[in-house]
Amino acid sequence: MVEKPVYPKNGRTLSAAEIDCNFEDLHRPLSAAQAMGAADSCIYCYNAPCVTACPTSIDIPTFIHQIKTGNVNGAAETILSENILGGTCARACPTEILCEQACVRNLNDEPPVQIGSLQRFAVDHLMDQQGAHPFQRAQSSGRTIAVLGAGPAGLACAHRASMLGHDVTIFEAKPKSGGLNEYGLAAYKMVDDFAQREVEFLMGIGGISVRHGQQLGGNLALSDLTDNFDAVFLGVGFTKANPLPLPGCDLQGVENAIDFIASLRQAEKKSSVAVGNNVVVIGGGNTAIDAAIQAKRLGGNSVTLVYRRGEANMSATAWEIELARTNGVVIRLWAAPVAIEGSARAEQMTFNTMSDAGGTYQPTGESFTLPADHVLLAIGQSMNKSGLENLTIDGGKIAVDATGMTSMPGVFAGGDCVKSGDDLTVQAVEDGKQAAIAIDQFLRNKKG
Amino acid sequence: MTDLRCTIAGINSINPFWLASAPPTDKQTNVERAFAAGWGGVVWKTLGENPPVVNVSSRYGVHKDRKNGIIGINNIELISDRPLEVNLREIEQVRKNWPDRVIIGSMMAPIDERAWKELAIKIANSGVHGIELNLGCPHGMCERGMGSAIGQVPDLVEQTTRWVREVVDIPVFTKLTPNITNILVPAEAALRGGAHAVSLINTVNSVISVDLDAMAPTPIVDGKGTHGGYCGAAVKPIALNMVAEIARAQETRGLEISAIGGIETWRDAAEFIALGASALQVCTAAMLYGFRIVEDMNAGLLQFMKQKGYRSIEDFRGLAVPNTVDWNQLNMNFDTKAFIKKDDCIECGRCYIACEDTSHQAISITELGNGRREFTVKNDDCVGCNLCAHVCPVPDCIDMRPVDNGLPPLTWPEHPANTMGVKNS
Repeated sequence: MVEKPVYPKNGRTLSAAEIDCNFEDLHRPLSAAQAMGAADSCIYCYNAPCVTACPTSIDIPTFIHQIKTGNVNGAAETILSENILGGTCARACPTEILCEQACVRNLNDEPPVQIGSLQRFAVDHLMDQQGAHPFQRAQSSGRTIAVLGAGPAGLACAHRASMLGHDVTIFEAKPKSGGLNEYGLAAYKMVDDFAQREVEFLMGIGGISVRHGQQLGGNLALSDLTDNFDAVFLGVGFTKANPLPLPGCDLQGVENAIDFIASLRQAEKKSSVAVGNNVVVIGGGNTAIDAAIQAKRLGGNSVTLVYRRGEANMSATAWEIELARTNGVVIRLWAAPVAIEGSARAEQMTFNTMSDAGGTYQPTGESFTLPADHVLLAIGQSMNKSGLENLTIDGGKIAVDATGMTSMPGVFAGGDCVKSGDDLTVQAVEDGKQAAIAIDQFLRNKKG
Repeated sequence: MTDLRCTIAGINSINPFWLASAPPTDKQTNVERAFAAGWGGVVWKTLGENPPVVNVSSRYGVHKDRKNGIIGINNIELISDRPLEVNLREIEQVRKNWPDRVIIGSMMAPIDERAWKELAIKIANSGVHGIELNLGCPHGMCERGMGSAIGQVPDLVEQTTRWVREVVDIPVFTKLTPNITNILVPAEAALRGGAHAVSLINTVNSVISVDLDAMAPTPIVDGKGTHGGYCGAAVKPIALNMVAEIARAQETRGLEISAIGGIETWRDAAEFIALGASALQVCTAAMLYGFRIVEDMNAGLLQFMKQKGYRSIEDFRGLAVPNTVDWNQLNMNFDTKAFIKKDDCIECGRCYIACEDTSHQAISITELGNGRREFTVKNDDCVGCNLCAHVCPVPDCIDMRPVDNGLPPLTWPEHPANTMGVKNS
């Protein structure tokens, strides 16, 4: 049970077995009996607010009803027909600000239906059976689509495009498919190699091939794709960590939180990943939270998350912040980093205390220092623009029209690299799905 | 002081709760556990002539609601499969051990006067307070000419009742099967035969489910199943109607009723008493939860009576009978409208879709923005059907408010649209 993770005490370090235990499922999957109980609390609303709150518009009351009738595979198909990455979304979605926040039970001061857990129950049930892929391809259109990036947006686009009868080739820079599902989500949310199992399941539809090690702006140019395919989808994500130009940021022990998280995800044994004795995480988003909690569970003796403003300004959800606190992460607010100090290795970090009293965000004149032999920077990510020079970029993102098409006809984009909804996996899936539908329309029109 | 004592067919009981003739009353052990738990009486599991029947394995199937609760049991068990003498000696012993509790002997026999009379005498001699004629078992025994095979023929109902009356001087209860078209026919037959009371309903003939792997009805006995007797909460509405029919019909009015059928709570019990029952019999609830279920039946019924100011069962027995009428006696001018309390509404839309798809399109949705919405009843379209109030998941969020239209009561026979000349019966 990871509800009670083990932390180092009195200088004792964690054993490899204890660390493994700390990286088990954050939420245990529901048993069949628990799922029936959880499903019972769903009212089966008409035009349910939870559906509206879901970026992919999963028909939640219907799939929960299907769980209740014992049609669990049918429930999974209901979910996957709108969101082919429903398994990851069930694990990673901040349901507390999406479907579960919209649940009408809240209006009666009751706990909301456990929609995320029920979704996982249904999708896992179907995937665990390893039966035939539940969706079929339409008659072949003879058209080809290049998808750049095998993250949630690219995978969702590829799957839907394949369903619509097109042949898809995915170009991915990393050695594995999955994007942030594989490299970016916290390890305890995606146990048992789920991201890879899900990719394999998704590919079961056929008509999709993936080429790894393909870096746009490196060994691949956008024109290679536009010249050789009928349409292109860009799901390139936000792969570049924003730098924090501070004195000492090049000291040993300072790294980007996304790299720390990725190495944890890729580590065969979590205990092989180094963690400091005094870890300081800089940032206020869910990446900062994920890094801090995992540093703690890895055995970091003291983990402090420092954010420059107040809790209300943090982009991490209240639930994630609470999770960090219950995992023993100390959260320090209103503190702006000034410098990382040390000889070869980071040793401590200095902060200015900040305030927005009087409406102006400014230093109070006070400062403090924290011991810091491991600094994790999580102050946001941005798009790697190389190779995208011919496209219109707006506010650091690829500009798209209402259909998801970029300034270049036949080239579409979606996911974190465009301005759509929140930067969430589930939004990327929706972008990819909608882009595939738009591309299909584009190709049909082109035919005529 | 308020108390639960009652009298039926001249038999006094410390409370109206008896266990019905069924598996829970098959043995001394069970019956004494029931008495220790607080049951006022039992109807011993039906006794037949020797040699005893042989039962099969398995015996029960269930019908569940959407929350996996059991709302009905179907059984294919026969009558007591123990020797008659063993049962009679145990009855004598329990009568001695529990002098203030009622034991009724249930019996069945083939259509043979001597068989009925000899068995009735033997049972009466064991010291039972009364005899109940099982004319209702709808499975197994009926294939041998007993149970419902007798209960479905009014002349045989009268005949068997009379045979038993002729040889015993204790009260006789004729137990009726619901597997007929009009309960008044066998009830009148029982009355003609001299029954002191009728017990109803026996189980409803049913196939409770089909096992889709075995492709056989449940319960499955080595790959095959058979129809059985349905009981439990799900049959209560059927039982309430049949009890009410007997209570209000001219011909059977005054015939005492031992009501059976889905009684699980004190409220169920009170409803049967309000429709004229003098005492009650329970089986399924005890099978599902154990004999302790009687504790709240007693306590809850007492609370209800205290709150209403009823000092005895007799004080409210039959009070709902005059209000149970033929459709033709309903007031056509009565009008009621649904009202949705906005503060209680959780905006689930269940009332809306029920009304929109299956009723009168009398509820409107107003989008309030921010994902919120408001549901309002369109009074002009609302026919007062109650469906919205029933499907609403929030208690008392939708209530039905009578409209003061100033019109006098008007029945269908008096109604100007009654062009077919329907008259009050």
